[in-house]
Amino acid sequence: MHVIVCIKSVPDTTEVRFNPETNTLMRDEVESIINPFDTYAIEEGLRLTEAHGGKVTVLSMGPPKAEKELKEAIAMGCHEAVLLSAREFAGSDTWATAYTLAQAIRKLGDYDIVLCGKQAMDGDTGQVGPGIANQLGISQLTYVSKIREVDLEGRSITVERLLEEGREMVRTQLPALLTVVKDINQPRYPTFRGIRRARNMQLPTWTPDDLPGIERQYLGLDGSPTKVIRVFTPPPREEKVQMIAGETVEEMADLLAGKLIAEKVV
Amino acid sequence: MALLIIDRDACIGCGVCVEVCPFAALELVEGIAVVNDNCTACGACIPECPVDALRLPESVTRRGTPDIESYRGVWVWVEQFGGKAASISWEMMGQGRRLADELGVPLTACVLGHGMEAMARQAVAYGADRVFLADDPALAVYRTAPYARILVDLVRAHKPEIFLLGASSRGRDLAGSVATDLYTGLTADCTGLEIEPGTRLLRQTRPAYGGNIMATILTPDHRPQMATVRHRVFEAPKPDERREGQIVPVDVGVSEEDIVSKVVEFIAESEEVNIADARIIVSGGRGVGGPEGFEPLRELAHVLGGALGASRAAVDEGWIPYAHQVGQTGRTVRPDLYIACGISGAIQHRAGMSTARVIVAINKDPEAPIFDIATYGLVGDLFQIVPALTEQLRRKLGR
Repeated sequence: MHVIVCIKSVPDTTEVRFNPETNTLMRDEVESIINPFDTYAIEEGLRLTEAHGGKVTVLSMGPPKAEKELKEAIAMGCHEAVLLSAREFAGSDTWATAYTLAQAIRKLGDYDIVLCGKQAMDGDTGQVGPGIANQLGISQLTYVSKIREVDLEGRSITVERLLEEGREMVRTQLPALLTVVKDINQPRYPTFRGIRRARNMQLPTWTPDDLPGIERQYLGLDGSPTKVIRVFTPPPREEKVQMIAGETVEEMADLLAGKLIAEKVV
Repeated sequence: MALLIIDRDACIGCGVCVEVCPFAALELVEGIAVVNDNCTACGACIPECPVDALRLPESVTRRGTPDIESYRGVWVWVEQFGGKAASISWEMMGQGRRLADELGVPLTACVLGHGMEAMARQAVAYGADRVFLADDPALAVYRTAPYARILVDLVRAHKPEIFLLGASSRGRDLAGSVATDLYTGLTADCTGLEIEPGTRLLRQTRPAYGGNIMATILTPDHRPQMATVRHRVFEAPKPDERREGQIVPVDVGVSEEDIVSKVVEFIAESEEVNIADARIIVSGGRGVGGPEGFEPLRELAHVLGGALGASRAAVDEGWIPYAHQVGQTGRTVRPDLYIACGISGAIQHRAGMSTARVIVAINKDPEAPIFDIATYGLVGDLFQIVPALTEQLRRKLGR
């Protein structure tokens, strides 16, 4: 079985603090990490190949320093990694990103399952997974919380999807693209052996020249239908907290209940 | 990789761009601005530069949608589940109507499903001038491929300039596929939609970085301009049963045999789990102490007809299923009332709920960051306060 996992290097927002005056990222503290949702995709890929044999290839598009995140995936146990990095890819929106990743997946050749996190922590769009599936012309299964069954002989996969109203069991044909939610597993830590292997490994970097059949007008800023015209900080909540105190708990509850009814929110 | 072009001769080293960059991608090196790989080509710095030393490369190969002027009209996809319309669909009809009126074009609703005639009429009542109705047993349950194909074919045939979908699980699943096929721009999870005066372009505003920054996005050269819209940002209009509109049946052209994905089972959750749609959410964190600690919260949610939420801490402890999780790795919610019980209010949690209209924080620790964004704060033991509040509300509301 060949599983391809797409990951994104994102700023670690658990560490990042915003400058309260300018409301921009505090620059000294920007450390990049694997998009947390993608770590579940990596783990699921490893579990699939542990159960069915085969290999996990991890793929990322980003600046040269995104090699660090790919090496971390190798340290977790992924078999191979490819970085897509070139000036031509810069400024890609979700359309151009999906196009480029799909071209790289085509070049990687035979595969059974493509895994992505449900969305990236910085952009929060969740659009690249469906975009890749559409580019490749394969089935997409988004918000997967459990893989129930993979039948390699019969070329089918059955998963649970987490939707607003409940969980949906869907079966589709392989190859398929899955986006996964946090509920699916608990990602493992890198092992010492894995870290050593990652350190010694030379990762290939692909540019447009390495992708046969790529049409350059679909790449990067030029190939991206969307344009960001303004970035700003949301206005802070204006009201200050109103503390509700009382002699007894009943008194506090009575005061609060009165306010909620007056606000017409209950 | 950075695309930003800095005119080193013009740069006066004032550092304004360094200050305004949301991504920490600029710094001053020997008194000149230098860009690093954090640059996302967002352009936030360009208008701020006092000497116009910053720019992005001009497009050389850019190809937009041919015949772009022929795209007219606003469309909304009406999401249904089990024959019931999703509330977000009607919220979008309100926005679609407003945008269509501003542009002077008709509003079209796309209704896909089985036995949907009543819903098509409802779409008219909510503001549609025209409804495309694709009604077939094969469409009863949402699946990406047949839904996407029908919408792509309709767009190619009728050429709308704007197409809105809900930012629900299904809406995002569908929009991502449709926009890819059409080679057009898609903006996720919008909280603001405005028409740019003069150009007819749709200004789409959305949060990113867990709500820490907002971005306004255009799709200048491709059509339709597609956006998914976040739950509960906009109010649904009042339906007007006397409104008249045209219902146009669509030749579905899809049969069950052609569809490779099969939904084999659906396990419904109770209403208390559907936090995305909820008007009221009672949410618990580490302070609830264990699975049984959610009982008083559940009771309060029940009295208020609300849903039960949780922080990541409570979910990671295994006290409550992930479907309840609010925050950056869970769901983003926007209820009228959010009652946070024993939740400290880490930035990742606040990212998922800070836009709630009224926030009540109940916490033992008066220094908990949740109080910074709360409307009302109560310092004390949630196991005393929550049952007392339930009792008071039950009495005052007569429930």
